[in-house]
Amino acid sequence: MKLTSTTTRVAVGLLAVALPLSMAACTKGGSSSSSGGAGGGELTMWTHNAGNKGELAAITQIVNDYNKSQSKYKVKIQAFPQDSYNQSVVAAAASKKLPCILDIDGPNVPNWAWAGYLAPLEGLDGTLSKFLPSVLGKYDGKTYSYGYYDVALVMVTRKTILDKYGIRVPTVDQPWTKDEFTAALKKLKASGDFQNPLDIATSFTGEWWPYAYSPMLQSFGGDLINRNDYKSAEGALNGPKAVEWAKWFRGLVTDGLVPLKSGADPAKDFINGKTAILYNGTWTAVDTRKAFGKDTLFLPPPDLGNGPKIGGGSWQWGISQNCSDQAGALDYMKFAAQDKYVASVARDTNNIPATDAAAAEVKGYEQGGENQLFLEYAKKFAVLRPVTPGYPFIATEFTKTAQDILNGADPKQALDQAVKNIDANQKSNGYFQ
Amino acid sequence: MTTITVAEDASAVTTRKSVPPKGSRSSTTTALLMLLPAAVLLITFLLVPIGLTFGLAFTNARLISPRPAEFVGVDNFVRLFDDETFWKSLRNTIIFAAVIVPVQSACALGLALLVNVKMRGVNFFRTVYFLPVVTSMVVVSMLWLFMYQKNGLINQVLLKFGIAGPDWLGDPKTALIAIILMSAWQAMGFHMVIWLSGLQTIPGDLYEAAELDGAGTWQKFRYVTWPGLRQTRTFILITITISAFALFTQVNIMTQGGPLDSTSTLVLMAVRTGFQQQQTGYASAISLAFFVLVLAVTLVQRYYTRDKDVA
Repeated sequence: MKLTSTTTRVAVGLLAVALPLSMAACTKGGSSSSSGGAGGGELTMWTHNAGNKGELAAITQIVNDYNKSQSKYKVKIQAFPQDSYNQSVVAAAASKKLPCILDIDGPNVPNWAWAGYLAPLEGLDGTLSKFLPSVLGKYDGKTYSYGYYDVALVMVTRKTILDKYGIRVPTVDQPWTKDEFTAALKKLKASGDFQNPLDIATSFTGEWWPYAYSPMLQSFGGDLINRNDYKSAEGALNGPKAVEWAKWFRGLVTDGLVPLKSGADPAKDFINGKTAILYNGTWTAVDTRKAFGKDTLFLPPPDLGNGPKIGGGSWQWGISQNCSDQAGALDYMKFAAQDKYVASVARDTNNIPATDAAAAEVKGYEQGGENQLFLEYAKKFAVLRPVTPGYPFIATEFTKTAQDILNGADPKQALDQAVKNIDANQKSNGYFQ
Repeated sequence: MTTITVAEDASAVTTRKSVPPKGSRSSTTTALLMLLPAAVLLITFLLVPIGLTFGLAFTNARLISPRPAEFVGVDNFVRLFDDETFWKSLRNTIIFAAVIVPVQSACALGLALLVNVKMRGVNFFRTVYFLPVVTSMVVVSMLWLFMYQKNGLINQVLLKFGIAGPDWLGDPKTALIAIILMSAWQAMGFHMVIWLSGLQTIPGDLYEAAELDGAGTWQKFRYVTWPGLRQTRTFILITITISAFALFTQVNIMTQGGPLDSTSTLVLMAVRTGFQQQQTGYASAISLAFFVLVLAVTLVQRYYTRDKDVA
């Protein structure tokens, strides 16, 4: 009896040891099976769009077509939710378990290329020369990624609103000037008809802040970093132009032209008539057109001194350095770069197709189509986020600084602090040479 | 009290006697085996990371980098003590702990006293008060995020009483208070249960005796309940303090440390620096500073509670 109870206790103890170990083994097995296609021509692909049905379906279609088109390689998709995607990639890279093919948010490409996660796309130069420059991820003279689409930032409003308050409809060649823009917003505010004369979607988090608001800074003549050598932000992010931007940015809130914190869904506030002008990506086009039809206007952002600017670069595809079958991955990348796939992905995500040939196939982007102006904005106004491996740091620093400025921090002091931090980071990395 | 302790001792002695000395060697093995899972987990997930933190804090290690980490001495700490966000985070963390420890434990005790009565339906209330604890902090934070909005539920209720509520999370003056209130509400139920268990260990005859002596409700609480809860008190003080210092989830979801760093905490700062900004070395320095803070507070608490235990 005594013996049995001891044996039982030992057995339970052993089980307790074995359980976490076997669980650890399980997770380990799980991740190793997802590692880059060592097993018989299987290429693993990671994508961030588990929560985005349209895009995932379009990508799945490409993969299915590719798998049918030849028998040498088989691509296997693994989709992740966007929120945890970057962390998963970094974790996988740290343990050398990156998949062969993966998608990357455009501005992160230099960082991941520098870190040695990505392998350059070789032999695709001919195909990629037809792509919009803003959808190609380049670093150190090599192309590491291409995207199927780009997104443009627009001022969404309605023709009836502008007409009612006697505001000029701006065009690509003649955008609103800063004074004109401010006067228009003040007029809208004075009417009392709108809770928000302008909504710049401050409730969005993460990459939205540098993506949406650094173009405003650039339109003033400032920038996130000096782009001649990418060594320091001194003068670019805290010079007189940048301070002017910061004061203007804060002024939007203190003058009551922009809500300090937007609602959870700014597009809905616009559709419900709470907002007169909405600053947003072209992804809002579908919903707003559904609500207002031909009355909807997608205007270029105002010229704040240095011409209108919008962010360029969205999600892109690349191959990993530790992929055991680079040739296979490149073969897929070549196959997937066909115009018909650019067209299908752009169509299903309601974004700007990356090639002209694809644009001709997507409804709205054909010659004279209603979306053609998005392509024009992307070509004329798009500014890439700084092409330096230090970008992820710059992005978080800019986000925090812009948030502080919007909340009333001293503009010069906040920008100086950001410059100090960015410069320290660039320096501590040996300027990413 | 004395009689109880003696009785306990006596029973302890009898149980000890009933274990045969023969089995002692094999029970050492068993004990070691039983210890093994916990030891493995503690070493892998606690001791090793703490050791790494100590090492990394003195290097410029990065999360993503082809360059090897270099030893940089106390550079990280020089930078840290020069960083305004660090001091603000430290201040917020201390304010949070200083406010939430008394508020949360007092409210939890109040609830425990309320549900420590023998009447029908009391289990219903116990469950209700405990519900926020079993709800995920992420969900609770999302809900309160909506309630704290400028025209959210809380301000609508205040408006009924003619008070124009502030933009709770958007105003640097109220953001931390808002987070404190919400956190206290969420975790209160857990400590209520612990207080409750403490209350139920106080034998009923002590109250009867006090009543015979003519003690009122307050006197019964002051001279019977309160001394009877000494052990529970220590436990609650320590657990609330530790969880208060680790404040992260609510802040990460509701304010991301803003506005103007008014809700930034040390843990949030470490996570932001380490993962978003990829500065593993610097984040380790922050964690080390945090470790020292928690260690100091725990030592102080241990000193005071041990003193009372002896008495």
